[in-house]
Amino acid sequence: MASTPGVLGRLRLFRKTPPETKTNQAEDTYYTASQFQLMWWKFRRHHLALIGTFLLFIFLIISLFAEFIAPYDPFTRDAEYLFGPPQRLHFFDETGAFHFPPFIYGIEFAMDPKTFLLTITEDTSIKIPLEFFVHGEPYRMLGFIQSDIHLFGVSDGFVHLFGTDKLGRDIFSRVMFATRISLSIGVIGLLIAFFLGIIIGGISGFFGGRVDNTIQRFIEFIRSIPTLPLWMALAASLPKEWPPLQVYFAITIIIGLLAWTHLARRVRSKLLSLREEDYVTAAKIAGSSDQRVIFRHMVPSFLSYIIVDLTISFPYMILGETALSFIGLGLRPPVISWGVMLQDAQNVRAIALYPWLFAPLAFVILAVLAFSFVGDGMRDASDPYSR
Amino acid sequence: MSEPRLPLLETKNLKKYYPLQRGMFGGGSGTVKAIDGISFYVEKGETLGLVGESGSGKTTTGRAILRAVEPTEGQVLFRLDDKGVIDFTALKKSDLRRFRQYVQMIFQDPYSSLNPRMTARDIIAEPLVASGLAKGSEVDDRVRQVAKRCQLNLEHLRRYPHAFSGGQRQRIGIARALVVQPKFVVCDEAVSALDVSIQAQILNLLMDAQEEYGLTYLFIAHDLSVVEHVSNRVAVMYLGRIVELAPTSKLFYQPLHPYTAALMSAIPDLDPDRVMKPVILEGEIPSPANPPSGCHFHPRCSFAQEICKTQTPEFKEYRPGQFAACHFAEQLELQGALKSN
Repeated sequence: MASTPGVLGRLRLFRKTPPETKTNQAEDTYYTASQFQLMWWKFRRHHLALIGTFLLFIFLIISLFAEFIAPYDPFTRDAEYLFGPPQRLHFFDETGAFHFPPFIYGIEFAMDPKTFLLTITEDTSIKIPLEFFVHGEPYRMLGFIQSDIHLFGVSDGFVHLFGTDKLGRDIFSRVMFATRISLSIGVIGLLIAFFLGIIIGGISGFFGGRVDNTIQRFIEFIRSIPTLPLWMALAASLPKEWPPLQVYFAITIIIGLLAWTHLARRVRSKLLSLREEDYVTAAKIAGSSDQRVIFRHMVPSFLSYIIVDLTISFPYMILGETALSFIGLGLRPPVISWGVMLQDAQNVRAIALYPWLFAPLAFVILAVLAFSFVGDGMRDASDPYSR
Repeated sequence: MSEPRLPLLETKNLKKYYPLQRGMFGGGSGTVKAIDGISFYVEKGETLGLVGESGSGKTTTGRAILRAVEPTEGQVLFRLDDKGVIDFTALKKSDLRRFRQYVQMIFQDPYSSLNPRMTARDIIAEPLVASGLAKGSEVDDRVRQVAKRCQLNLEHLRRYPHAFSGGQRQRIGIARALVVQPKFVVCDEAVSALDVSIQAQILNLLMDAQEEYGLTYLFIAHDLSVVEHVSNRVAVMYLGRIVELAPTSKLFYQPLHPYTAALMSAIPDLDPDRVMKPVILEGEIPSPANPPSGCHFHPRCSFAQEICKTQTPEFKEYRPGQFAACHFAEQLELQGALKSN
């Protein structure tokens, strides 16, 4: 037995720290990298997530500058061009010559004498060049920037890249405005869910015991109700005579109110596990106040998880709004959202004759995919030590 | 002890019970007695080893002393030269924070005990900053000083924990504990997560720091050879109670309690030719939720009599400085660890 201390005694030879090794620049950058940097480096390697980020950035630009990007006001009617199909942008004309900026052909209307069906064809003799930064309909961007400059337009005739709807309104312009509304519902709904989730989950995890038990059973109760019928019931209970703006806020709150349960559970479980972490005990022993323990040590370590969760649940918000509006219980015209626009595409006629009415669907799919990819990349990156 | 020095720390009948909850509406039914009435003292400048099996309550004892877990009952008294006796358990939360600087802890796991979102410098500075003991450049000075003492490369202080090896991380943990110049440090299995060669370095660091700063350690471990190396006295815990407490050599070679004897007999010897006679204990350590009656050790003790099942033995001094809780401490002739030649 006593020979073991002898071994330990001999090991005193090792007492000096190992000689310093020269670290090169790259290594040093890695060692001094904060957790956020590590996460970013890992996120960068996730290509789909990068594409998703790029898409989200475009969506953000669209939502902020919808008036500028849209060539027309969403309510301007083009009486000559009802249910007009999308006009194609051409870079090459029939002789094969290259044009920039691209142009669109003029439109030729013809009535089928037997069926009285109006057919619309391109008239290749008329070329209308697309122009950038043209003066068009005046607008007030976000309510205060007054201008009449649009990203693109034509000086002669009209341009409807995604076609027009039954009233002759430009679908491209309407989709731009719908993007703003639909995404803002997602963001505001998420913020509501975020606050409720953090507060209720925080109370549950912090106090524990009976409070925790009650809150958890309540959450289980809410989660056991199928989402869509519940949304429908709540949305249907909104008075019909409410103005569209009020309906908009009510729908946002309804969607937010039902999304917090997931987040609350995550916050609670994170708090419970963090409370047992050695470094939290260490902070307590170091003499940190409760606030300091919570905000300096606990919150930073679960914030990244919460952000990931938020990103992943974003698509559900958008889909919820779209679904409600689609069945007519959500937003109502004249508010434009993706779901409201898709109401026009509810019948077989639309699918058969006017498939361009589905343009908002492409945006819904893109947005949901983009958020899922980004959320996925962030989830992988949020644990930078798993290699 | 023949010449009683002033104990720095004294625990009196310290208890920590965890309520057992059964079902949703059941409320508290039954308790787990993690530590069940522990009394000992630690003298200034000494190292008290605390050994025992997993689940015997070693760690809970260390944490209850620091009030990292709130003790259910009992007292923890500190004697500070300039402040007199402080009842740590009776302090209010706000007062407790002021006294944290005197009592620090070194953790077992060098990975989970460092906040991955803080640089080494911030981790070491935390006790200074959190309690407002130092400000501005003084913080940096003290951090650098203690980091140097713990043989950390000062250039590495701006790195995050993920850049360090286990041994280096433990040095950071030690630096964090020492930066406030505490009087008493609980080393909770401070070396058991490390390689043997690193263990030796860390132990040497701890012992050198003890000499330099006049520290007092409660050294919790399950590695008996490490405990023998660093401790002046050793306490053995079994199922939430101390069964024996004695000066290190007494405890190792002349144990009074059958459990201590069993532990000691299991220490392997470096000489393969020597015949070991380990006392094999039957069964497992019982659950602290449902401990045996009387002496907790009686179901596994080969010397157990009727009285052991009914009466809890008193923890008292049988030889000078050697305390034990066994009805037959005086009668039994127990073999300790093998003496090296």
